[in-house]
Amino acid sequence: MTLLAVEGLDAHHGLLHAVRGVSLAIAEGDKLALVGANGAGKTTLLRTLAGAHPASAGVVRFDGADITVLPAHRRVALGIALVPEGRRLFPDMTVLENLLVAGRRARPGPWTVDTVLDAFPLLRPLRDRRAAALSGGEQQATAIGRALMTNPRLLLLDEVSLGLAPRAVDTVYESLARLIATGATVILVEQDLGRGLAIADRVVCLLEGRIVLEGAAAELTRERVTEAYFGLRGPGGQP
Amino acid sequence: MTWVNVVVQGVLLGAVYALFACGLSLMFGVMRIINLAHGDLAVVGAYLVWLVADKAHVSPFVALIAALPVMLIAGYILHVALLGRSLRGGPLVPLLTTFGLAIAIQNTLQEAFSPDVRSLGAAAGWIATASWRISGGLAISWFGVLILAVAVAVLGGLDWFLRRTGLGREMRATAQDPDAARLVGIDARAVYARATAIAVATAALAGAFLAIRSTFEPLSGPTQLIFAFEAVVIGGFGSLWGTLFGGIVLGVAQTIGGHIDPQYSMLAGHLVFLAVLASPRGRTLAARSAWT
Repeated sequence: MTLLAVEGLDAHHGLLHAVRGVSLAIAEGDKLALVGANGAGKTTLLRTLAGAHPASAGVVRFDGADITVLPAHRRVALGIALVPEGRRLFPDMTVLENLLVAGRRARPGPWTVDTVLDAFPLLRPLRDRRAAALSGGEQQATAIGRALMTNPRLLLLDEVSLGLAPRAVDTVYESLARLIATGATVILVEQDLGRGLAIADRVVCLLEGRIVLEGAAAELTRERVTEAYFGLRGPGGQP
Repeated sequence: MTWVNVVVQGVLLGAVYALFACGLSLMFGVMRIINLAHGDLAVVGAYLVWLVADKAHVSPFVALIAALPVMLIAGYILHVALLGRSLRGGPLVPLLTTFGLAIAIQNTLQEAFSPDVRSLGAAAGWIATASWRISGGLAISWFGVLILAVAVAVLGGLDWFLRRTGLGREMRATAQDPDAARLVGIDARAVYARATAIAVATAALAGAFLAIRSTFEPLSGPTQLIFAFEAVVIGGFGSLWGTLFGGIVLGVAQTIGGHIDPQYSMLAGHLVFLAVLASPRGRTLAARSAWT
């Protein structure tokens, strides 16, 4: 069943036309990797889906309902959670408080402070530490945990490996892999193609705000994605 | 003994300033609005208490209990109708909005109540005048102690609310990152409206105490605003206990100045404020402005 349907979505940053006519459909349990170069519109697309950025045209449907103009906090209540780029924790609140504040208006579901700490065991001893005093990997784990606290039906992950040490990326991805194995529906933005392809079952490549390549992760070679990534070939496969 | 008395009176005076300041501090901390109408909203509270006490023939304390929920609702409406909209226009628009609001309130009060100076002191009865005479040079007024106790309870209660309750955590989260707060399901607009409601109610409380303690008239607001602002700056943004401390420092500075020469009272308070601004601590005020 289609959980999220996007039709002809446009979004602007001032005069910059960041997302152009994007159409997507995501079924429950899908894991979609959104790839593309810097400035391709990946983050803007995710933020528009989460309601943190206004759509200038097009329709977003979630579970059949039109949510195009719904504010972000109402989308959270419907079950869309975004782990924003740069993690965006509440810096002067503790790990526990960061989780609790997100759980306050959560949908009923499996995620509680305890289950989140079970999924990210590295956070358990840090629960009373201020978020600003955490390492990058710990912050990222907290940010993902905070999004999970809302018991999302669709989890949007923006650049979870950005700015992290390689070992921290491994830790975060181990937890993500476990999470994804439980059947969560995920849209993942990732600069690291290898990571994205390993975790996703579908890949969408954006170039200058448009979808230039879409396909099952198993059928796409790294070369084809790379070509689309840099715009070396048109959408029809013509050079 | 005289100096002990001066300091004690300063502490009691400072409690009034702290009570004025906590709403100002809350609004700035949560939504970066410097509410220039804060003092005038306090005066509105004083008039409301006066009106209720006068019409219903009840003690100002009873009238105050009736007035607080009204001011709480008025604050919520004020945000939804006015401040919330002005916030969309960038950081300068809310400042201008509250400036305009201050003028509108002052003139409406003059129109409605005339510029006469009033006091609720007489209506409050014996509690406004009774005191403990400790010794020849030292007397502690009951009402001063009552205000200090209320100030500690209000500031301590707000601090507890922000740290220990779900609504308070939402308020702190929104203060630290409104965008991220929306992404975890917090309705930032409702949080802002709640903060304004609390700020306006505490302002009304302070205004009523001012009216019982001394006098008030339609133009009393700006002076109280300055004292409240100074208390917030001296105590440092982002801490309610700091605001209480700042209010007390300001109060003690004023009574010490006033003891040396009555005309130095205000000046001494302003000088302490300027000294804090000029100190190394003052330079980091803007950086530490978020609520923790």
